[in-house]
Amino acid sequence: MHYLSPTTVDDAVAMLAAQTGDCRILAGGTDLLVRMKSGFAEPDAIVDIKRIEGMRDILHEDGGFRIGAGVSGAEMSENADLVAAWPGVVEAAGLIGSTQIQGRATMAGNLCNASPAADSVPAMVAANAVARIAGPNGQRDLPVAEVPTGPGKTSLAPGEFVTSIFLPARPDRSGDAYLRFIPRTEMDIAVVGCGVSVTLDENGTCTDARVALGAVAPTVILVPEAAEALIGTTLDDAVLEAVAKACSAAATPISDKRGTVEFRTHVAGVLARRATKIAKTRAGGK
Amino acid sequence: MTKVHVTTTINGDPTEFLCEPDETLLDVLRDRLGMTGSKEGCGTGDCGACSVTLNGRLVCSCLVLGAEAEGQEIGTIEGMAQGENLHVLQKKFIEHAALQCGICTPGLLVAAKSLLEKNPDPTEEETRYWLAGNLCRCTGYDKIIRAVMDAAKEMREAA
Repeated sequence: MHYLSPTTVDDAVAMLAAQTGDCRILAGGTDLLVRMKSGFAEPDAIVDIKRIEGMRDILHEDGGFRIGAGVSGAEMSENADLVAAWPGVVEAAGLIGSTQIQGRATMAGNLCNASPAADSVPAMVAANAVARIAGPNGQRDLPVAEVPTGPGKTSLAPGEFVTSIFLPARPDRSGDAYLRFIPRTEMDIAVVGCGVSVTLDENGTCTDARVALGAVAPTVILVPEAAEALIGTTLDDAVLEAVAKACSAAATPISDKRGTVEFRTHVAGVLARRATKIAKTRAGGK
Repeated sequence: MTKVHVTTTINGDPTEFLCEPDETLLDVLRDRLGMTGSKEGCGTGDCGACSVTLNGRLVCSCLVLGAEAEGQEIGTIEGMAQGENLHVLQKKFIEHAALQCGICTPGLLVAAKSLLEKNPDPTEEETRYWLAGNLCRCTGYDKIIRAVMDAAKEMREAA
């Protein structure tokens, strides 16, 4: 095996293009090294992207935030501006693993690991986040929602990798939230996860909304019916009921050791209702 | 495999080693550098027995490649006591009987030290959450939490 640590995106792309065998990207390593240890991955080469300029940075850009692919959950939680603008995204990323895992785990890695239960992904999808991807044909931007295509699978072409995640500018009176159900109080894999982002006008009427669910389909899913139920309302209890129904209806989960189809379908609605309430409060809604 | 030559700093000391490209920092510490204070529990980042700091950030050394240590600053349990003088946390662990078999102890001490550097006055709840990634199958945790809270108090009073 080879360990490669390029310092520019161009070098990384060239290194990836030159590899003939199984080549993996190393960001935080909290998934990759576990796979290697348990024998599920035996890469011929590892490209550590953390030494590339900008990979460890959280930058203000066009009123939003560009978060490098090597930025850990702990670094996000310590960035006061980011926490103020996107508390739901930061909390979702912060739910991944222990303090030690938070010191390494990245949102870009969480996205590219492509688990349907990835905590940060529903929050990023609700935030309308965009992944910046580098590859042999140059750079492209792709909505986070279009990156995972199934459990462990992404739409990235061979030789491509995510260099950053962009969280767009927030209008005033916007708020987001992420909730997950786990049977413990911490450090577990989501049975269901739900990310919600809303924007209100000065009268408290919802002008924009995005609702995403995790762990109830082969990928994280956006639920446009839930957003439609929210927009144009003041997010009262009847509307929250409609959001819950829309989310339960959109869920197509499997039964496994973590939860049954019936339980996940029900909880998808419960979490959507609760997360919407939190997002509304954060947006200044009454 | 071609070995990787790494120059790093461990507990303030410049250190060089050769390691395999897929070798973890934990294996480097234990098997190449003879620093066996960091323990391997699970090897998959679940138990925290291998906790070290990487540029001051608490991490599991089993989830870091040795090659990644190039140019970085590593802190291990071996850097905690000053010669024969135990760190306050170490003294409090003994005083409160916060260990039995001892496998989790180095990781817990490194993690607790990292907490108190970031937050010298943590609540019990904050302490329990911070240390949730350090598993102990002997103590039931209460004695550990008491030791950390007591050490935090003593360190605050001394500061």
